[in-house]
Amino acid sequence: MELIYSLLLVGALLLYVISMITGFVYLFRPGQKALHGGSDAIRFGAVLHAAAFLIRCFETGTLAVTNLHESLSFFALLLALAFIVVNRKNSIAMLGAFTAPLLIIFTLWALVLNHAVTPQPPILKSFWLPVHVLLSFAGNAFLVLGCGAAVIYLIQEHLIKKKRLKGIFRRLPALQKLDELNYFCLRLGFPLLTLGIISGSVWASYAWGSHWNWDPKETWSLITWLLFAALLHGRMNSGWRGRRAALLTIIGFAAIMFTFLGVNLFLSGLHGYLH
Amino acid sequence: MHIVISGLNHQTAPVDTRERLAFKAEEIPAALEKLRQEAGLSEALILSTCNRVEIYGITDRLDNCRERMVAFLAGFHRLPAADFADKLYFHADQAAVRHSFRVASSLDSMVIGEPQILGQLKDAFFIASEARTTGLILNRLMHRSFFIAKEVRTRTKIASSAVSVSFAAVELAKKIFGDLKGMKVMLIGAGEMCELAARHFVNQGIEQVLVTNRTFSRAQELAAEFEGIAVSFDSFRQELDEADIILSSTGSPDYLIGPTELTTALKKRRNRPIFLIDIAVPRDIDPKVNELDNIYLFDVDDLQEVITENLDQRQQEALRAEGLVDQEVEKFELWLESLAVTPTIKALRRQTAEIAARELDKTLSAFPDLSDKEKRKLEAMVKAITNKFLHHPLNYLKAPENNNGQGPPPAVVIRKIFKLPEE
Repeated sequence: MELIYSLLLVGALLLYVISMITGFVYLFRPGQKALHGGSDAIRFGAVLHAAAFLIRCFETGTLAVTNLHESLSFFALLLALAFIVVNRKNSIAMLGAFTAPLLIIFTLWALVLNHAVTPQPPILKSFWLPVHVLLSFAGNAFLVLGCGAAVIYLIQEHLIKKKRLKGIFRRLPALQKLDELNYFCLRLGFPLLTLGIISGSVWASYAWGSHWNWDPKETWSLITWLLFAALLHGRMNSGWRGRRAALLTIIGFAAIMFTFLGVNLFLSGLHGYLH
Repeated sequence: MHIVISGLNHQTAPVDTRERLAFKAEEIPAALEKLRQEAGLSEALILSTCNRVEIYGITDRLDNCRERMVAFLAGFHRLPAADFADKLYFHADQAAVRHSFRVASSLDSMVIGEPQILGQLKDAFFIASEARTTGLILNRLMHRSFFIAKEVRTRTKIASSAVSVSFAAVELAKKIFGDLKGMKVMLIGAGEMCELAARHFVNQGIEQVLVTNRTFSRAQELAAEFEGIAVSFDSFRQELDEADIILSSTGSPDYLIGPTELTTALKKRRNRPIFLIDIAVPRDIDPKVNELDNIYLFDVDDLQEVITENLDQRQQEALRAEGLVDQEVEKFELWLESLAVTPTIKALRRQTAEIAARELDKTLSAFPDLSDKEKRKLEAMVKAITNKFLHHPLNYLKAPENNNGQGPPPAVVIRKIFKLPEE
C-alpha cells in the first residue's frame, strides 16, 4: 500500500512536470497541442493524486491532513482540482503554466518529507477536521489561482503599456479575460475561506473552549481574510480592477502562503501539530 | 509541351507601366483568343490586377515564346515593345509552376499573405474557362494553385497578423477587451482613416459608434453611416466615459485629451479600461495618459511598429510556405511527366518486350532439342507480333491531333490501359 501510494504521488508529480514543460513549449512554439496538452496533464495528474489521497484517507480513517506531508499533498490536490474547475469555466492559456510549478513544489515537498502514516493527535479526532480543512484549503486554492491570473495580467499589462508586442504578448490572453478570471477566483475563494474560518472557530470553541485564541495561524488567516475582504469590497463598490486588483491579489497570495506554511515553520502555536 | 508564364508585377515595373498593360475584365475573353493564336498557345489565361499583369500559357515551342508574348502585349495595347519588354519576366516549366503556386499563395504579393490575390486568380481562371481557352494542364495548374494557397493559409501563420493600421488597432483592442461585442467606439474627427478603422470595429460586433467633429454636419453624416450618434464637438469631453475605444484623427494642433479628462472619465466608468488610438499628426492625445492605470494609448508610430513586426513575422512564415510550395511543385512535375509521350512509348515498349521475353523463355525451356536456327525463327516471330501489336497504340500516342489538349492526353490513356508503372 505504502509503495502504491508513493508511486501514485510520483506519477502525479511527473504529470505536473510534463504540464509545466508543455506550458513553456507553448510560450516559445505555440500550438493547440501544447495549449491543451498542459491542462490535460494536470487533469490526469489530479486523478492519480486523488487516488493516492483516497488510499491515505482509507488507511488513516479520516481526511488525511494531519501532518505536513499530508497537508502539502492535499493542498496540491485541491489546487489541481480548482484549476480544473476554473479552466472548464474560463479556459485561459498559460494559467496551467503558472499552476504547474506550484503543484510541483507542493507535491515534491510532500514527497521528500517522511510520509509514513503517523498516529492522529487526539485533538484532531473531530467531525470538524474535514469541514474546516476542506473549506479553508479549497478557498485558498481558488485564491492562489486568482493570483496566477494576476501575475499573467501584470505581465501582459506591462507588455501593452511598453508596447512590446511580439513574442509572448501574442500568446497571453486579453487583459479583460485575466481580470475577469481573477474576480471569478475571488468570488469562489473568498466565501470558502470565510466558511473555513467560521468552521474553525466553531471547532475551536469545542476543542479549546474559546472561539478565538489569537493563535498565530488564526491571526494570519484573519490578516489574509481582511486583505481579500478589502479587495472584494473594492471590486464591488469602488471599481477596483486591473492592476490594483492584481497587486492586491499577489499580496494576498503571500499572506496565504505565510498562513499555510510560514506560521508552522517560523512561529509556534496551537496549530503547531503539523510538525 | 511547356507551361509558360510571362508578365510583370510591382517588383519589376512601376505603376504607370502596369496600368498601361492592364486588361479590363470585359476585354479579356477577346484578348485570350487573340493571344492563343498570335503567341501559339494551346491554353491561355490572363491575370490582370493592380499589382500584376501575367499571361499563363501552354505551348509546344519554347523558342521565341517570350518574344511572341511581348509582341502580343505590344499589339493588343498598341505600345512600343521597348517600353516594357525589359520589365517582363518569363518562366517556363518548373519555374512557371512554382510561380503560379507562389502567386496564388500570396508569397509574391506586395503585402505577403494578403488574401485578395487568390480571389483575383480564381476570377481570371473563371473568365478563361468560360472563354474555353483552358484545357487539361492549366485546369490542373489552377486547381493545384488554389489548393496550395489554402494549405499555406491554414498551415502557416502567413495571414494571421494585422498589417494595416486599422486592423492592427482591432487586434490590439482584442488583446485588451478580449471580445469586442457590446463595446462602444468614439470617433473624434470624421476623416477617412477614422471611418475605415470604425468599419473594421463595427465588423467585430461593436454595439455603438459615437462621432464627434468640428463640423457637426459631417459628424452627423458619418454617424448615420454606422447608425450611431453624433456628439457636439464642444461637449464630447464630457462623454468620454461612454466609450471603450476612442479613435482620434483631427487636424488640431494641440492635445484635445489629457490626463485630467481621462481621470474624470475613468472615475465615471468605475475604471473600466479605455483604449485610445491616436492617428492624428500632430497628436490629439497627450502621451502622458498612457501612464494612467486602465488607459492604453497607441499613436500612429506605435501601430506602425506593430505592423512592421507583423510583416517580419509574415516573412518568416513565408519561408515555411515556400517549403510547402516546393513539395507541391514536385508532385506537379510527376503528374506532368506522366503526360509526356516519349517516356510512355519507352515504358510501353519495355513492358511488352519483357512479357515477350518471359513467355519465350518458358516455351524454349519446354523444347530443349530445338536447333539455333529454329530458336531464332521463334524469337523473330515473337518480335514481329509485339511490333505489329504496338503499331496502333504508338501511332495513337504520337499523333499530333491527339495531343492538342482537347481530349484526354493519350499518354494518360495508354498508361491506364496497359497499366504502365508510374515513372
